[in-house]
Amino acid sequence: MRNKAEGAFYQRDREWHPPAFAPGYKTSVLRSPQKALISLDNTLSEATGPVFGHNIIGELDNDLIHNFAAPGESAIGERIIVYGRVMDENGKGLPGTLVEFWQANAGGRYRHARETYIAALDPNFGGCGRAITDEDGGYAFRTIRPGAYPWPNRPNDWRPAHIHFSLFGHAFAQRLITQMYFEGDPMIWQCPIVGTIPSREAIEGLTALLDRENTIPMDARAYKFDIILRGRRSTLFENRLEGN
Amino acid sequence: MQSLNRFKESASQTAGPYVHIGCVPNFAGIGGVFPADLGKTMLKEATRGTRITVKGQVFDGTGTPLRDALIEIWQADADGIYPGGSDPRGPGDPHFTGFGRQAGDAATGEFAFETVKPGRVPFRDGRMMAPHITFWIVARGINIGLHTRMYFPEEEEANAADPVLARVEHKPRLATLIAKAEGEGTYRFDVHLQGEDETVFFDI
Ligand SMILES: [Fe+2]
Repeated sequence: MRNKAEGAFYQRDREWHPPAFAPGYKTSVLRSPQKALISLDNTLSEATGPVFGHNIIGELDNDLIHNFAAPGESAIGERIIVYGRVMDENGKGLPGTLVEFWQANAGGRYRHARETYIAALDPNFGGCGRAITDEDGGYAFRTIRPGAYPWPNRPNDWRPAHIHFSLFGHAFAQRLITQMYFEGDPMIWQCPIVGTIPSREAIEGLTALLDRENTIPMDARAYKFDIILRGRRSTLFENRLEGN
Repeated sequence: MQSLNRFKESASQTAGPYVHIGCVPNFAGIGGVFPADLGKTMLKEATRGTRITVKGQVFDGTGTPLRDALIEIWQADADGIYPGGSDPRGPGDPHFTGFGRQAGDAATGEFAFETVKPGRVPFRDGRMMAPHITFWIVARGINIGLHTRMYFPEEEEANAADPVLARVEHKPRLATLIAKAEGEGTYRFDVHLQGEDETVFFDI
C-alpha cells in the first residue's frame, strides 16, 4: 500500500510558505534562523519516513465530541464533521498517513497548563484526535467548532476559529504542521499568524468549505478540508536513490 | 496550452504554544484519549544496537531556552536501514521504529531521547554518509518546521568524508551539527535558532 522511497521531492516553494522572520507575529523575531538554509537534494534520510499502522488508532480517536467526555455525555458546541483527502502535489491520494489534530473548545479555551484565557473549560472536551488515511487518502473526524480567542501579540489580537493539523505523509521530507480555517470567517484576514502567509491564494488553500451535501441531518454540519503534501519527482531518468 | 495538473503544497503554519495537546497529549495532562504519546518510546528489549541518550535544548536569539518546543527525530537502525517499510533496501530492525518525539521540559526546555546509534546510510551516489540523526523542530514562533542533522563526535573520519557536511561552505558552522559527548553513551545536541552560533538548517 505504501510507496517506497523511489524519488526525490519537488523543492519546497519557500515564497509560498510563511517566511521564518515575520515581525507581525512577534514571537517569530527571535526564533527565526537568519542564515540561508543549506539546500540538500533528498537522500534516503529525507525520502523515507516513519510508518504508523491502523492498529494505533482507537475507536474514538477521530471523535473529539466523545473521546474525553464522561460516559453518556458529550462536548458542548456546534457539532461538525471535518473530512477531506491528503494528496501530494501530483494530486495522488496518500494512503496510510497519520493525521493529528488539536483545537480549542467552543469558547476558545485550550486544555493546557500555559493557557490563560478566561473562557471556561468544558469538562467533556480534551481537544485532540487523530486518524490514518484510507486507500484514497481520505480522513474524517467529528468535533465541535472551536471558538476564536485572544492571544498576546499586539494588545488586541485574536485568532480566527481554527484547527491545528500535523501530517506525516510517506517521507520525512513531507512532514508538515498547518492550520485549518473556516469559510466566511472575517477574522481570518485580521490575524497576524495567518498574515505570515504571503499570498491570499495560499491562505484560501487552508480555508475549509461548508459542504451542505454532506451535512448529517439533525446531527452535524460538514466542512471539507483537503491537504496537499509535497510530491515526488518521477524516476523516468536518473533520479533514483541509491538502493533502488 | 496544456496543464501540468499540479497542486501547491498546503502552506505551513506555526505549531503554536499548544502543540502538546495534539502531539503529546499525555505529556500535556490530557490522559485517557491515547494510551501513550506517539514516539515516546523508541526501544524494545530486542532492539539491536548500542543504546545512547541524546539530550539538548533549543535556544532563541537571546540564548533563552524554548520551553514550548516539540522535537522529532528520524534515524536508521543500527545496520543503517530506515525501519518500518519505506526504505527500498529492506524492512530493517522490526523492534525499532526509528521515530522519536519529545517535548522540551516545561521548566528547562531540555529534551531527551533514548535510542540506538544509527548505522551508515548511502548518499545518492552510493558513498556512505556518516552516522546521523535527522531532527525536526517546531514551536510557537517557528512558521515552518526546521530540519537539521546531528552527527557523532567520535566519527571524525566518517564526518570528514560525509557528502552532506561537505555541502556546508562555512566550515566553522560544521560544529553546530556535531553533538558533544557527555559521558558514556550520552550526547548533547543543542540547537540555536539564530545568532553567532546559529545551527545549520537544511532545505531538504
Ligand atoms: Fe490555536
